[in-house]
Amino acid sequence: MEWNDEGVVISVRRHGEMAWVVDLLTAEHGRHAGFIHGKNKNRERNGLQLGNQVDARWRSRLIEQLGTYNCELIKARSAILFHDPIRLIAMSSVCGMCYLGISERVPCRDVFDGVIRFLDALEQGKQWYSLYVTWELELLSQLGFGLDLKSCAITGRTDNLSYVSPRTGRAATSEAAKPYCDRLMPLPKFMVDREISSPAFKDILQGLTITGHFLERNLMQPQGRKFPRARLRLIEIMSSVNPESESVSSK
Amino acid sequence: MTGSEINQAVELLAKLPGLGPRSARRAILHLLKRKETLLLPLADALTEAAKQVRQCSHCGNLDTTEPCGLCLDISRDRSTLCVVEEVADLWALNRSGIYRGLYHVLGGTLSALDGIGPEDLNIARLIKRAQDQEFREIILATGATVDGQTTAHYIAEQLNSQNIQVSRLAHGVPVGGELDYLDDGTLITALNSRRPF
Repeated sequence: MEWNDEGVVISVRRHGEMAWVVDLLTAEHGRHAGFIHGKNKNRERNGLQLGNQVDARWRSRLIEQLGTYNCELIKARSAILFHDPIRLIAMSSVCGMCYLGISERVPCRDVFDGVIRFLDALEQGKQWYSLYVTWELELLSQLGFGLDLKSCAITGRTDNLSYVSPRTGRAATSEAAKPYCDRLMPLPKFMVDREISSPAFKDILQGLTITGHFLERNLMQPQGRKFPRARLRLIEIMSSVNPESESVSSK
Repeated sequence: MTGSEINQAVELLAKLPGLGPRSARRAILHLLKRKETLLLPLADALTEAAKQVRQCSHCGNLDTTEPCGLCLDISRDRSTLCVVEEVADLWALNRSGIYRGLYHVLGGTLSALDGIGPEDLNIARLIKRAQDQEFREIILATGATVDGQTTAHYIAEQLNSQNIQVSRLAHGVPVGGELDYLDDGTLITALNSRRPF
């Protein structure tokens, strides 16, 4: 068996002294692990950093085996973010969520494209806070646990959507949700209207609370897993950076 | 055919980094042929090391004294502290002879996927050391990896409230390196860390 594909490094584990087991999120083959013999491959080893985009060749005698990778660096994304603690942790969080949340060897082109789009935005450093929430929202949708935020579950109206049900993941207008609002989660406007590019800080944190609830319930808990530490750290940093800030459009 | 003692020695030696069963067997054979000059002195040295060597409660280095020789050395600059991931990094830096300050070994790096958090590393001890001793500068010498840099950022944030200059090692072109052979990540960090000529 042999294939060639493009991938993003989402996990690197050392195996012995000079070898690694690497997980890539590939364009055509989903999350796929492989073994890398590291002897005399310093250049290849240097490229095996989380978030880096690589051209990977996977080989194995049988398809069910771990197989070996030969990776060539396409884009060194991690090195660009080394100086920025928040963006670096956001990239780690995306990699961690993919590693823990996505099943192995199931093609998921949409997830790969979403990750590349987010990493591009992260590299440019503009509006990435809200895009992170959007990316998690899309991840839920791509894995079959999408939230229905297009119309009110009770009235069918598409305007003034202000709450989301933590049980069904469906939106509700403020009027329709009045009797139940203590049991619903406030829904930030930017999650409904993607045109809002500079949401307030508290809205982004609320967005992360919503996506966190559904990611935990649908992806983490069924597999007995916990969120990657990077996601928890990202929220911790974002909560402490500038809670009074009205807008985070160009952080 | 070999006795069980030799087999056990081969098995144990094969667990060392860089050695497999074949190379361990060769090493054992080499030792057995030089019993008086190599095997017995090595066995004595290892027994002695196992008895005497301990982790320094100040910096985390491995030495036979407590505190370790580096912490006790009064000729070292006590106003600078270099934070490294592992004892091997400490030894590498110390071997270079360029740094004459004190060290602190973290015992690893924060890792998002392996679930290694600040409480698993010697970070609390580092913060206490920074509070108790009057350091002028703390150098974060963690690896140029995502985990290494995440750890450095975390420590820098923890030290933020103290009036200490925090610096980190430069990233870039290695000595003897030709640009054509460098990976993109190294080139990017080298360009980002450029300084006036």
